[in-house]
Amino acid sequence: MKAFTYERATTPADAAAAIAKNPQAKFIAGGTNLLDLMKLQIETPGHLIDLNDLDLDRIEPTSAGGLRIGALVRNTDLAADAHVRRDYGVLTRALMAGASAQLRNQATTAGNLLQRTRCNYFYDTNQPCNKREPGSGCGALLGYSRQHAVVGVSDACIATHPSDMAVALRVLDATVETIRPGGETRAIPIADFHTLPGNTPQVETVLECGELITSVTLPEPVGGVHVYRKVRDRASYAFALVSVAAIIQPDGGGRLALGGVAHKPWRRGEADAALKKGSKAAGDALMAGARTTEDNAFKVPLVERTIASVLAEAKGTP
Amino acid sequence: MSEFNPSRRKLLRVGAAAGGAVAAGVFAAPAVSAPAQEAPAAEAASSPGATMPVTLDVNGREHQLTIDTRMTLLDALRERLHLTGAKKGCDQGQCGACTVIVDGRRITSCLTLAVMQQGHEITTIEGLGKPGNLHPMQAAFVKHDGFQCGFCTPGQICSAVAMLDEFKAGIPSHVTSNLAAAPVLGGDEFRERMSGNICRCGAYSNIQDAIAEVAGVKA
Repeated sequence: MKAFTYERATTPADAAAAIAKNPQAKFIAGGTNLLDLMKLQIETPGHLIDLNDLDLDRIEPTSAGGLRIGALVRNTDLAADAHVRRDYGVLTRALMAGASAQLRNQATTAGNLLQRTRCNYFYDTNQPCNKREPGSGCGALLGYSRQHAVVGVSDACIATHPSDMAVALRVLDATVETIRPGGETRAIPIADFHTLPGNTPQVETVLECGELITSVTLPEPVGGVHVYRKVRDRASYAFALVSVAAIIQPDGGGRLALGGVAHKPWRRGEADAALKKGSKAAGDALMAGARTTEDNAFKVPLVERTIASVLAEAKGTP
Repeated sequence: MSEFNPSRRKLLRVGAAAGGAVAAGVFAAPAVSAPAQEAPAAEAASSPGATMPVTLDVNGREHQLTIDTRMTLLDALRERLHLTGAKKGCDQGQCGACTVIVDGRRITSCLTLAVMQQGHEITTIEGLGKPGNLHPMQAAFVKHDGFQCGFCTPGQICSAVAMLDEFKAGIPSHVTSNLAAAPVLGGDEFRERMSGNICRCGAYSNIQDAIAEVAGVKA
């Protein structure tokens, strides 16, 4: 690990301002992803600003009938919250499908959104990676790409976003609330929060330098049956090959979002509109324009089959 | 043995003592009393970095240390406080051998910095039970042979103790069928909730038997 200095932030505005003054600095909260990357010198901040003293660890109702989740709420606490379990079950299910109990006890809501890809070429500093070292090339495009993205990809990068939680937030139409170094706040719809790789795969979100996530809000509950189905190589503690977050209404309509297939949680209005026609129509709409490799072409039919399984489960759930 | 330097020999002696303790069914590390005050570590001298004072509350005792900011909680426990129960397996949060309990919750001590842990209550395997006064989970692991080499065992036991508390708190898991009800103790739940602790010897079925006995259910 490269040497760094360390401070504990006392207010969100101070934390944002401290980063703006020192672009070599990074925020740390749970640390489960950042410290891992620092040990490998993929991340090399010269200064760490510890956010854990900030008053951002509560889950509260909003005036719009939804929930405001503090940025520092741990994944375990969010999944176990009584309101989340009752009204936003897909979020509990997604959180509990991710990582291990130890990591969920450490990892935060904001940190989960900001975690980096688990692409093995990103992690191996001997390999080219446009995300880690812009312009160096992509090892995955001609390499081992079983885990990699099939939609929204570019010639520069086929990495996936690894979060389960973010896929549930996408299907719930969550909003990410932030504070910028100048003190002004903004609300970013989750649909716009993560970016596609394009020619700048090193850019993963629309956050600006020093911009700090303060909370994530959920709109009023929409009812329906909530399902999160994660297909992976082990039954527990593995990243998704394909995951489906679904909210299915009694009339057969609803919403779908996918994990494991793109650089961001993947949702398309056309797929939601086609949902009543069945898994084939919804899957085709989600996978339109897919660009696969020999290793990951299986994900396209797997998406449709997983949606079919989710729809069958929703139908059988009272 | 002549090619070994004295520090290496000392390390081997400590290792042998720890191995003997495991064979005798005692999971606590050999008793090495850490001085309450320590000088800055030698590790900082070889690669200069920022150092900071930190007070760590470990097993009910406060330790004032001056440490490199890069030091993980795991390294501080092992290298500075000589609490070698928590093990460094993968050092990237995947194996669970470094699991300790902080403020009542199990975490991987390799993925948190020691300077981030000031003000928190840290419990390691050495704080759960002592030789002659084992924690029920330690005793159950001995009874059910919940280990072979013993390397993952301190992490497994800390994890299992905190896992049963998570049940008491009503925290659901990936295999909990009804989110509206309290989770039900049992084999599927134990297997899912313990998936963050890897046992390379494959003692899983005996680990599960030990946990089930402490939980008071059938494995």
